[in-house]
Amino acid sequence: MSAFVALLKRDLVLSYRQGIDAWVVVLFFLAAGILFPFAIGPEPNALMRVSTGVVLSMAALAALLSLDRLYQGDFEDGSLDLMALGPLPLELAALAKALAHWLSTGLPLLVVAPLLALMLNAPADSYGPMLLALALATPALSLLGGLGAALTLGSRRGGILLTLLILPLYVPVLIFAAGSISRSLLADGDPTGALLLLSGVDLGLLAITPWATAAALRQALR
Amino acid sequence: MTGLSLDNIALERGERRIASGISARVAGGEALLLQGPNGSGKSTLLRVLAGLMPAADGTIAWDGADVARDREAHRARIAYLGHQDALKAGLTALENLRFWASFNGGDADAALMAFGLAKLADRPARTLSAGQKRRLALSRLVLSDAPLWLLDEPVTALDTEARAAFVTLLKRHLAAGRLAIIATHEPLAIEARVLQLGRAP
Repeated sequence: MSAFVALLKRDLVLSYRQGIDAWVVVLFFLAAGILFPFAIGPEPNALMRVSTGVVLSMAALAALLSLDRLYQGDFEDGSLDLMALGPLPLELAALAKALAHWLSTGLPLLVVAPLLALMLNAPADSYGPMLLALALATPALSLLGGLGAALTLGSRRGGILLTLLILPLYVPVLIFAAGSISRSLLADGDPTGALLLLSGVDLGLLAITPWATAAALRQALR
Repeated sequence: MTGLSLDNIALERGERRIASGISARVAGGEALLLQGPNGSGKSTLLRVLAGLMPAADGTIAWDGADVARDREAHRARIAYLGHQDALKAGLTALENLRFWASFNGGDADAALMAFGLAKLADRPARTLSAGQKRRLALSRLVLSDAPLWLLDEPVTALDTEARAAFVTLLKRHLAAGRLAIIATHEPLAIEARVLQLGRAP
C-alpha cells in the first residue's frame, strides 16, 4: 500500500511542480468552450440549449490533452522498468497513475466547469446535475485514457493515435452524462437511471482497465 | 546448485535473433561480466534475466528452479540498473531516492551517503551532471539487499572516486554471498568471470 501512495504522491508532486499540465488543461477547456458563443451567436436561448453539452464534450477533450505524457516520461527515463520489477503489482501502479491523472486533471475541470457554464448561459438549475455528471464521468475518462496511453506507448505519433483510439470510447460516458443532466431538467424527469449507468461504467472500467493497462505496459517494455 | 544458471538462452530483438546458445552459471559471491561489441545483446540479456522480456529460447534457473514458474519471487531477488537512470528531473536527489525507498523499501538517507551525494540532496535532478545522475542511480542499489544485481554499464560517466565507491559496494555485495551480472565495456577492479557475447552481424 505504501508503494501505491508513494507513486500517487510522486505523480501529484511532479504535476504540481511542472504546473503547466494542469493549467494547459484548464485553459484549453475554457478557451475551447468560449469559441461556441462566437460560432453559434450570442443568442441566449441557443447557448442555453447547448451549454451543458459543450461543457461535457470540452471536458472530454481537455482530459485527453495531458494523457500522452502519462506513461511516456516513466517509459523514457527507465522508471517503468523499475516499476515493473517492484513489489507493487503493475495493475495497482496503473490505478495509482489513473488516480493521479484524475486528481490533477479531472478535479480542476470540475472546479472551473461552473465558470464555463456561466459564460455559456447554462440554466441555473443545471449546475448541480452537471457537476454530478462531470464528477462521475471524469474518472471514467482518466481510466480509459490511462489504457489508451499505455496502448500507444512507444509508438510514433502516439498522441494522435491515442486521441483516435480513446474518443470513440468516451461516447457512452458522454451519452449517460448528458442523459442524466437533461432528465434532471425535465419537470417529471428522473436522472437516477442515467446516473446508475454512468456509475456502472465507472465501476466496470475500474475492474477492467488496470489489468488491460498493465498488460499493455508489459508489452511496451519488451 | 545455488545461484543463477543460464541454459542455452537465445535472444531476439524485434523479430531478429541477435544471440543464441548462451549458457553460464553464476554462484553466490560471484560476478559475471558481459562483454561484447555494441548490439551483441548485453542489455537484452540483462532485460531477459530481469524478466522484463522473454527469452526466445532456453531456461533461466535460480537454485535449480526455473524462474518462469514464479515470476514474483524472481522479481523480489533483483536490483536492476538499466541504461537510463530512472530519475525524475522535477524531484530533488533525495526525493528521487525517497520515492524508490518507499516504493521498494530501504533507507533513502543512508543510500545518499554511499556515493557522497549528501551535499546534492536538495538539488533538483535536472541540475545534476550525467555522472552525478549515475551516482544517484547507483545509490538505489544500497536501498535493497536483493541477492541479484543486474547492472547495465554501471560506471559510465563516473569519475575515479565514484568508480572506487562502486567497486567497494560491489565487493561488499559479493562478499555477502550475493551475485552480480554486469554489462560493461570498461575494466572493473574485481575478480570476475567474463561472458563474451558474439559479434553483431
